[in-house]
Amino acid sequence: MGASGFEALRLDRITRRFGDQVALRELDLTIRGGEFVALLGPSGCGKSTALNCLAGLLPLSGGSIWLDERRIDTVPPERRGFGMVFQNYALFPHLSVRANIAFGLAMHRVPKAEAKRRVEDVIRLVQLTEHAHKHPAQLSGGQQQRVAIARAIVLEPPLVLMDEPLSNLDAKLRLEMRTEIRRLHQRLDLTTVYVTHDQEEALSMADRLVVLRDGEVQQVGTPEEVYAEPVNRYVAGFMGYRNMLAFGVESCAGGEVTLAAGSARLTGVNRDGVRGGTAVAAIRPEDVGVVEADAANRVPVTVEVVEYHGREQAVQARLQGGEELHFRTTRRLAPGDQVDVGAPPERVLVFGTDDAGTGGEGRAVAPDARTTPARVDSGAGA
Amino acid sequence: MPGRHPHAWTRGREHEHPPVVSEQRAHFEYVRAGKRRDGRAGSGIAGSGIMSADRSFRHRLAERGVDRTLLLLLPGVLFLVLLFCYPFAYGLGLSFQPQKGGGPFANYVTFFTDPYLRGTVWITFKLGLPAALVNVIASVPVALRTRGSFRGKRLMTILLVVPVTLGTVLTAEGLLSYLGPNGWFNKVLTALHIVDRPVALVHNYWGVLASLLITGFPFAYLLTLSYLTGIDPTLERAAATLGAGWWQRFRRVTLPLLAPGLAITFCLSFVLAFSVFPSAQLVGDPRGSTHVISIEAYHAAFQQYDYSMGSAIAMVMAALMLVVVALVLAWRATFYRGATGGKG
Repeated sequence: MGASGFEALRLDRITRRFGDQVALRELDLTIRGGEFVALLGPSGCGKSTALNCLAGLLPLSGGSIWLDERRIDTVPPERRGFGMVFQNYALFPHLSVRANIAFGLAMHRVPKAEAKRRVEDVIRLVQLTEHAHKHPAQLSGGQQQRVAIARAIVLEPPLVLMDEPLSNLDAKLRLEMRTEIRRLHQRLDLTTVYVTHDQEEALSMADRLVVLRDGEVQQVGTPEEVYAEPVNRYVAGFMGYRNMLAFGVESCAGGEVTLAAGSARLTGVNRDGVRGGTAVAAIRPEDVGVVEADAANRVPVTVEVVEYHGREQAVQARLQGGEELHFRTTRRLAPGDQVDVGAPPERVLVFGTDDAGTGGEGRAVAPDARTTPARVDSGAGA
Repeated sequence: MPGRHPHAWTRGREHEHPPVVSEQRAHFEYVRAGKRRDGRAGSGIAGSGIMSADRSFRHRLAERGVDRTLLLLLPGVLFLVLLFCYPFAYGLGLSFQPQKGGGPFANYVTFFTDPYLRGTVWITFKLGLPAALVNVIASVPVALRTRGSFRGKRLMTILLVVPVTLGTVLTAEGLLSYLGPNGWFNKVLTALHIVDRPVALVHNYWGVLASLLITGFPFAYLLTLSYLTGIDPTLERAAATLGAGWWQRFRRVTLPLLAPGLAITFCLSFVLAFSVFPSAQLVGDPRGSTHVISIEAYHAAFQQYDYSMGSAIAMVMAALMLVVVALVLAWRATFYRGATGGKG
């Protein structure tokens, strides 16, 4: 337990509906004090809805939220006391940086002298001392972002909620702010819930990831778990497994499945209890490379497009059966080249073909059905 | 009540109201345009088949915002010159040529020395200021409640805006029968034994004020609503997460951002109410307690046939409105007037 001042924030089957549409379905999650949790998913997956429900800006349609033993989902946002950083920052345009940051302290009737001290402290922390007198419109995007963060953390809230705070920044600034947010989190021991659609951002910042799709949790786990052991095709696709190759199952043995890719054979880890029929092999482009004749999982391909990426090249090629395959190589290739590529069997994940989001055994919502259960309420990464 | 002479009526409108009202409008448009002028697109639409020297000249002009799109301003400029500048200058000149002699300022001297004439100024302010103030203040909560989308919003907007389409005369006629001694309002009050005999609500100050409120509110509401929708709603959400209750959110975030817009709304409402003529004439007090300045101008010009005096009174009226508007705008200049983060 950190300075956050609570043991656990517990989301108990929280549900939010907009009309007939379910934006968030029975989300169960326990966040430990001091933890950095990222809610990850594409737009419309319910991650912002979850954040707004946490902040109290959206009432729940069902379920409850508990801060230790206190139920808080019925508490209005102004008395919930969570800090929030909005995607567009939502700085008060008519107030100076200093007044923006002091706003929350004034609302909580913190004595003037103490408020002044705390504002100056946090301004120094986010390195805005020489800009403190300016209005938000006079600041750059990164500076506005820091004001928004300062305004949220000056109240020393038990929980800071961040709604895609970096999405409006350019690439370089985004990297800097990522480090900055992580630094603040470690230094102040804040509990943070961070919403993003950028898997790289989530992986690099969070202690624990919650991958959402269509309002439902797909997987909860540490960055390592989610990255290396995605529980279904959907999470795999989101985690950079760009190659999704569907082939007939030839044999299943132990934890391995072998697929018939034309004349070639593709062996991988059985991630979905595949027993026959058709299955999908998920492989990252980085794990595929040009191989020699005796390598495992050797597949002949024809090069179609080569992109220069500096140290290596990103290649789009086609298998004999017409399937697209993306891989990386340091070898100089040209369109039309015929090469053999392969991937280590432990890096090939085989999932069932039924769509991960529409039901069937490939679904991730029943934790016990998986080979490596990532228990939704485990708090394993903390 | 002065006789309603159809011919005199038409001429009275032409000579008095449009100049004064449109002058104010032009002033506002100028003020409002001022802050956006930087954003003007000076797109150079240069013809394709022209000589290069000619093109570079056009280019230089286009950089300064001189190009064919300026022609779009032509109708507006023509309108302004023909229907405002000329009549206004004509009226101004006329006011300095008193029919009864006594030097160029005789009309103005008469107006300010005669207690009855001078009194019309006070009477007009007493109607115009409260009407504008009430309309602006009342428009804020209604606009706050109706800014989002909700069921029946269109119906509600129509109901709120209908009084504009009715026009002042029809509203006045309606008020006369509804609020009159035998109208529904008094009938209900007496039937419920709230009052013993009908309350006098027409042909006095209250009748005129009611008419001004009814016709002025839609304007104030529509303006306020447009200013309010220009404020980013996430600002209030941010304030909520920082501990601000609904009143603090309004007081510390929404109101400061809305204030410049409210100042403009107040100015326009005031100008509309200040130039009250039909309702003061129709629902007003025939004995003179609602003898507003515009009636006096009409009276001088078309009943005493002293066009010069009528013009002088119209000029006084314009000057008074300008003073109020200038004061409000000067006050407004002390507010925050930058971006409000919304779609406006």
